[in-house]
Amino acid sequence: MKYVNQPVRKKDAMSLVTGKPVYTDDLAPKDCLVVKVLRSPYAHAIIEEIQTDIAKKLPGIACVLTYEDVPQKRFTMAGQTYPEPSPYDRLILDKRVRFVGDAVAIVAGEDEKAVEKAMKVIKVKYQVLEPVLDFRTAKDNPILVHPEENWKALCPVGADNKRNLCACGLEEHGDVDKVIAESDVVVENTYHTKAVQQTMMETFRTYTTMDTYGRLNVISSTQVPFHVRRILSNALDIPKSKIRVVKPRIGGGFGAKQTVVAEVYPAIVTLKTGRPAKIIYTREESLTASTPRHEMEVKVRIGATKDGHIRGIEVKTLSNTGAYGEHGPTTVGLSGHKSIPLYSKAEAFRFQYDVVYTNRMSAGAYRGYGATQGIFAVESAINELAVKLGMDPVALREMNLTREGDVMHGYYGETAGSCHLDRCLERTADMIGWKEKYPRRVMPDGKIRSVGIAMAMQGSGISNVDTGAVSIKINDDGFYSLSIGASDMGTGCDTILAQMAADCLDCSVDEIIVHGVDTDISPYDSGSYASSTTYVTGMATVKACQTLVDKMKAYGAEKLGCDAKDVEFDGEKVYCLKDEKRSISRKDLGNEAMCAAHNALYATEAFSSPISPPPFMAGAVEIEVDPETGSVEVLDYAAVVDCGTVVNPNLAKVQVEGGLVQGIGMALFEEITYDEKGYVAENSLMQYKIPTRLDMGRLRVEFDSSYEQTGPFGAKSIGEIVINTPAPAIAHAVYNATGLRFTELPITPEKVAMGLIKE
Amino acid sequence: MQITIKLNGKQVTADVAPDMNLLNFVRSQGCYSVKCGCETSNCGLCTLWMDGKPVLSCSILAARADGHEIVTMEGCQEEAAEFGAFLADQGAEQCGFCSPGFIMNVLALFREYEDPTEEEIKEYLAGNLCRCSGYEGQLRAIRAYMAYKKGGESK
Amino acid sequence: MFTIRAYAKVSSLEEAYELNQKKMNTIIGGGLWLRMGKKNIQTAIDLSGLGLDEIKEEEDAFMIGAMATLRQLETHPGIDAYTGGAVKESLRHIVGVQMRNCATVGGSIYGRFGFSDPLCCLLGLDCEVELYRAGRIPLAEFAKMKKDNDILVQVILKKTDRKAVYLSQRNSATDFPVVSCVVSKGEKGNYAVIGARPCLPVIVEDCEDLLERGEEGWNAFAQKVQQEVAFADNTRASGAYRRHVAGVLVKRGAKALWGGADECR
Repeated sequence: MKYVNQPVRKKDAMSLVTGKPVYTDDLAPKDCLVVKVLRSPYAHAIIEEIQTDIAKKLPGIACVLTYEDVPQKRFTMAGQTYPEPSPYDRLILDKRVRFVGDAVAIVAGEDEKAVEKAMKVIKVKYQVLEPVLDFRTAKDNPILVHPEENWKALCPVGADNKRNLCACGLEEHGDVDKVIAESDVVVENTYHTKAVQQTMMETFRTYTTMDTYGRLNVISSTQVPFHVRRILSNALDIPKSKIRVVKPRIGGGFGAKQTVVAEVYPAIVTLKTGRPAKIIYTREESLTASTPRHEMEVKVRIGATKDGHIRGIEVKTLSNTGAYGEHGPTTVGLSGHKSIPLYSKAEAFRFQYDVVYTNRMSAGAYRGYGATQGIFAVESAINELAVKLGMDPVALREMNLTREGDVMHGYYGETAGSCHLDRCLERTADMIGWKEKYPRRVMPDGKIRSVGIAMAMQGSGISNVDTGAVSIKINDDGFYSLSIGASDMGTGCDTILAQMAADCLDCSVDEIIVHGVDTDISPYDSGSYASSTTYVTGMATVKACQTLVDKMKAYGAEKLGCDAKDVEFDGEKVYCLKDEKRSISRKDLGNEAMCAAHNALYATEAFSSPISPPPFMAGAVEIEVDPETGSVEVLDYAAVVDCGTVVNPNLAKVQVEGGLVQGIGMALFEEITYDEKGYVAENSLMQYKIPTRLDMGRLRVEFDSSYEQTGPFGAKSIGEIVINTPAPAIAHAVYNATGLRFTELPITPEKVAMGLIKE
Repeated sequence: MQITIKLNGKQVTADVAPDMNLLNFVRSQGCYSVKCGCETSNCGLCTLWMDGKPVLSCSILAARADGHEIVTMEGCQEEAAEFGAFLADQGAEQCGFCSPGFIMNVLALFREYEDPTEEEIKEYLAGNLCRCSGYEGQLRAIRAYMAYKKGGESK
Repeated sequence: MFTIRAYAKVSSLEEAYELNQKKMNTIIGGGLWLRMGKKNIQTAIDLSGLGLDEIKEEEDAFMIGAMATLRQLETHPGIDAYTGGAVKESLRHIVGVQMRNCATVGGSIYGRFGFSDPLCCLLGLDCEVELYRAGRIPLAEFAKMKKDNDILVQVILKKTDRKAVYLSQRNSATDFPVVSCVVSKGEKGNYAVIGARPCLPVIVEDCEDLLERGEEGWNAFAQKVQQEVAFADNTRASGAYRRHVAGVLVKRGAKALWGGADECR
């Protein structure tokens, strides 16, 4: 291995750090129509009348669209493989608006000023309806978010729009009630995680044009180009063959761009006007009409023997999908599937869930995808159990955690084929100085230093669903082109897939050029989400390279006049095993394949996995609490991750660090709050605070790699798991410092200080 | 109204609306490195130098910049690439969308402080948000760059 | 979005004053708040050509021009030394260096925002403002005045015997303060300023000289602050928490000023 496991610089790095124009808005034609969306001021209302005549007549206005101008077939904006588990519950514009910020009209014009002016003169008469804002009262509420008859669920996810249910379900193994009833010690608690925002630095944005062939070209900042094609086809009611989607560089995604939030608006404008059109979401739109993490209330019950053996785990999740069902039925699954199996030695488990519609901003995919919420609950409950048992929480985990070879009943019965969770935990505890620092120390100035710990897992792609295809060809002079359908969103998949290809082909990584996603050209890929790219698309890369090598060997053998069995390829040449002097160089192979050739030296392979091998990790934090003001300062965060083979240590490390800081933000101050009318208070980066470099302390990251037999070079995934430990670890540390148990996030200074006063 | 700005070393005269901000002006002049990440002066993505000081171009009217000297990353490519290589060698540029604003402020930091402490670095750069990197890799890049610069000087 | 129809870079304060008498016209300080509003401005009045962007140290005062930036104020060595770091402390948490290179002292003070760190801090020092027409008035008086069409020319930070400590509580490092607080010590009396209540900063005078009486006195004064100052809720914190933290900060400020040379700023 020359490149895999090496800190190779990203192929696009120097363009990015020197500020080259490579993002959507940099590339959009200068004569693009500016598209904006007029949004509902009500959480729930019916549009009775909408007057656009004056707006349409204003100078510089190209079109104004209302619900009367859009196709009446419902669709979902969730970027998922067809048939999507998310219900078809949307129209581009609907007569019924379902949250403050829902789309009411689309306005396109020559410049922003003209469009803003036009938006002001559109007169809308609403019949204001009572909204359902509290997700605890949504199920079977007489107020329905989606009463419409043409609402439909394509998959049997337990959805029922007449009950405000986006999904429901139950899974179990063994008799959990009996096991818990027999347990010596039982902990039971309810945990509440609120919606939080991905807050990628580049907001949602897309531009659209009509091409030479009369097809709609969509250049979009998206994680899911192929799903964009299908979703636009559904939304606009035009054939998929009429749509081409291209992904330029993306300014971050974190799952937000796994939902087709903005694409429909310029697309319908271009279809109606024939003109290029672009939409750039404001930060306010990105924070109020987007696709944040699902708010969840997770009830956990755990039973254990008095010496600390966990016998049964029950998880009951209530998830709030908001006004639309994007990712509703699937995120909830991870709240159980990625928490319960951390302790696979338990005899029994039950996982039950409801996902409900409310008149809040529609939720969506955010790094961790339900696992974050479930792991906060279960890991917090485990820390409570340790207290109840009088055990060290690390020792309790050591006794019960999933080890390599264990069958994980809570994870579709998969076996942990590669698992260094035990080693991750041990090393993490060492790094943070657990033995010396647990539970706390009071400092001379009265501040309290304490530690907390948590574990996490995730998956590597969606088993039996995610598909990655990769094409590779050799060109003249022997350089290779690698075509992928996976979306590099800054994470570096263009580079790490090239690293894998370079090792498969025994060449320099610079000899492989990578082509990003263009749905007209790239092989199919379900997209960059569900921690799938390294594992799924990585395996497709390995397969495609193997096939290409076989083709090159066959071609070389033909040129050398020997049997294909008798040649070998060493990266530079195909040579005859019986007479090593007889060889043809890679350069010549590439050139000859372009002259009077009848075989293309081109390979395409796809990969999909029947399993989704989990990466595992442990995270431990040291904090300092100011008991008077309630401030919680993160001093040090230690994390050890088992993501299988680390393909690019630099990029993997930065994934971990970035995820940890997002998790720290979620634990301590990120929050979306609604008033009684359904308005979001945190509508700007002035109000929605993400961590700055002064808020995160010191991060220390290590890897302890198992080897995943089914993954490329032994690799699993890294992208999502990294956000899951901070919330439970910090809550644990706060408990150790103060005795206050926080079951709701974020843990603000106010909650800590006022909690201590109450005590 | 007409303004004249020394943009990346060249005198540029243009007719602008009085409410156009400097961010949109420099982008209209082809300086696409300058990004917008918020509308509330909180993210630091639009950082450029006005008379040598790092400022938020989203918050300054183009009219206010009349007669002043503006430098964007397009005007300091060599310096940007020199530091940028250290960022790239940590993989800490990630999506890259905040990189130009961040690097412009890093370079400004080194103009104000010869040998900044870690606390000074963090505080100076606190107005540059990044959601990908978790900041730690950026700090590693800065340390490596400082070591390189010191090494270079001693040679 | 806000709009501006005409832009006037004025060449005298008189010209600025004349223009500013029209309701549709507005003076642009740093322009940071303006851009977030939806105001339709007829003429934007730009003072940046009047040389008001300097901080001059005189024998008995610092003359801080209205167009000086927060960053200039923060990094002014004379002010830093004179205020024992209090002014710097009040500014360094505000968003970031680039933002503080844009925001002006005049804009921050003229706005009379409840959350304003510099307003709260300067109220804890002996400050006056100079208005173009009304002349010099104490900052505390100005803070209570309704906004009118006069022009803030400069802030005068007088060199007296006053010592002040600035403290603030925030939910995250560069966020607005949840409570800001100055404890101020001087011959003409000791007092505390409490800002971000979330309303305008208020001054609580220590008429009983509690602050001079050691820890018990500090506690008593903190209690007085908690009782006398009105606190309210907003998205960042409740009034009850603000009241609690204000007490904590006052005690800490008192300790820093009276508790021993080490911590005295």
